[in-house]
Amino acid sequence: MTAVTETIRPPAPPKPVEWMQKNLFSNWFNTLLTLIAVSFIYFTVITLGRWLLFTADWRPVTTYPVLFLVGQYPREELWRPGLSLLLSIFLVGMSWGVWEKYVKVFAIFLGALLGILALIPLDTQTFTPAIRATFLVCPLLIYAGFRVGHLGVIKGYHVALLWLISLITIILVFLPGFGDSTILPEVPTTAWGGLIITLLLAVGGIVLSFPIGVLLALGRRSSLPVVRLFSILFIETVRGVPLVTILFMFSVILALFLPSESRIDRLVRALMGIVIFSAAYTAENVRGGLQAIPQGQVEAAKALGLTNFQITAFIVLPQALRLVIPSIVGQFISLFKDTTLVVIVGINDLLGIGKAVLNLDPEYIRLQTEVYLFVALVFWVFSYFMSFASQQLEKALGVGER
Amino acid sequence: MTENIPQEQEPMIKCRDVHKWYSHFHALRGISLEVAKSEVIVIFGPSGSGKSTFIRILNRLEEHQRGQVIVDGIELTHDVRNIERVRAETGMVFQQFNLFPHLTVMQNITLSPIWVRKWPQEEAEELAMKLLTRVGIPEQAHKFPSQLSGGQQQRVAIARALAMQPKIMLFDEPTSALDPEMIKEVLDVMVELAKSGMTIVAVTHEMGFARAVANRMIFFDNGEIVEQGTPEQIFNNPQSDRTKLFLSQILRQ
Repeated sequence: MTAVTETIRPPAPPKPVEWMQKNLFSNWFNTLLTLIAVSFIYFTVITLGRWLLFTADWRPVTTYPVLFLVGQYPREELWRPGLSLLLSIFLVGMSWGVWEKYVKVFAIFLGALLGILALIPLDTQTFTPAIRATFLVCPLLIYAGFRVGHLGVIKGYHVALLWLISLITIILVFLPGFGDSTILPEVPTTAWGGLIITLLLAVGGIVLSFPIGVLLALGRRSSLPVVRLFSILFIETVRGVPLVTILFMFSVILALFLPSESRIDRLVRALMGIVIFSAAYTAENVRGGLQAIPQGQVEAAKALGLTNFQITAFIVLPQALRLVIPSIVGQFISLFKDTTLVVIVGINDLLGIGKAVLNLDPEYIRLQTEVYLFVALVFWVFSYFMSFASQQLEKALGVGER
Repeated sequence: MTENIPQEQEPMIKCRDVHKWYSHFHALRGISLEVAKSEVIVIFGPSGSGKSTFIRILNRLEEHQRGQVIVDGIELTHDVRNIERVRAETGMVFQQFNLFPHLTVMQNITLSPIWVRKWPQEEAEELAMKLLTRVGIPEQAHKFPSQLSGGQQQRVAIARALAMQPKIMLFDEPTSALDPEMIKEVLDVMVELAKSGMTIVAVTHEMGFARAVANRMIFFDNGEIVEQGTPEQIFNNPQSDRTKLFLSQILRQ
């Protein structure tokens, strides 16, 4: 006799009509709410759609795309930001080839975005074929970089080193140039503007503030009283002051203290303010992660004879940082948006350029909505993308989680 | 078994009048103990008796405040170099395994040979595979700890401790966090280790293990050594009333 195991199926999901009856029209009040909600959504979508398709006038954006990208960067020197973009893009592709899934989505998204950008019909007077071609090459370069990185010859630390060298050269030498150079004539940062400033401040702020923040977090837990006291003092002071104040401090007060010939560039001063501000918040986020690591982990590492430095570097930090990815990325997203505050110290970031463009033509005054909507869209795309990338990173790092 | 302990050598562990306070709580009240090379010591006693504190003092996870602790001829003081040397000579296995969850089994085991002993990676991995074979789970080398059962995790922890080729192994309640069906697989490894001539100090209530391999059993209560002797003496003829009471409680199960 064979034992019959009866398989019980889970209940079938309700049919759409049944579902609607049950959830949307179960009684007169729910029916009323449903109707109100539907009509509200309908009118919003219709109004917005009609405005976007027929009323909205995107001329400020389509006429001055390059202004939004690089500000007043001399047009005859545009090959420099262009080449910088291509180099970075190639490195993104290589990172994808080397680190695979950690960068994959990022790289594909970026390639698609730039490719689409190249295909948008824009004023050919300003958005020259050369610029269009540059963007068009980007997806191909990402793929080329991917293949190169995928060969297996290049290691992770090679790419990291390449990134570091490239970014430093681009930011400190290639884009600003030298005063008396014929190939790379100086382009003062006052001429820089738009997306390039926003990205520079955001990337610079993130890359520089992260290690400082980690060190401060470790310092706050240090057994050396001087280090601990300094870290606490630094973190609490900076966290107690608004970013606007810090930016003012660095752009105005710092200039007063330093002799005029050793003037630090105002963009660098703004970046310093952002870095310091962000580092303090990073430190507190990382500290949260450090505290979540069980004492047993440290004891086991000690029992194995590892030094304190090795314990921190191999056992505590890797686990703590993985725990705080969501909060760190959240903080970096707000840092990215906070870079708009540099407008108050006279730097034209993306938002500043948006404002400036409105004054270029008397006709544009009534086009504020379009311009600010466009700026908002750019910020949204980057912010959403960061959040998306962080989810991918969490998933990829989730392997073997306790 | 007891007669085989070589007495002519310098003891591996020498403790003299060791005291430890947690603020005002007197956790260890003058422990004196010598452990010879290849000796297997089982420490048992009620919870809060100081047995875990004592074993953690032996590799300086806890500091003693009075007395003297000498491990393999090295005195444990505030001197960091001495502490690191002692830790490199002693392996420790914890109740909660304390494997590193972000590293694979292989990386868990090779971490300290590579970074403390400065071995080349291939050599360390070769040793790790040998040790994993010894504890019976060579096929798990490239998994993460969370993918293993409790018994397997504890065996990895033993392999990790052995990777430093220690002279002394410390076990701090190694089977207390395990499901009953997994205790045996860990004890088997410990028995094999004891028979191979390793010096072992184990805090455990596994009386079967004690009976099988212990040279000496030590009963802790209230931060003191109440009684010590061979397993036969302790099980068949305990002297102190506290020992009798405790044994009757744990053996009744």
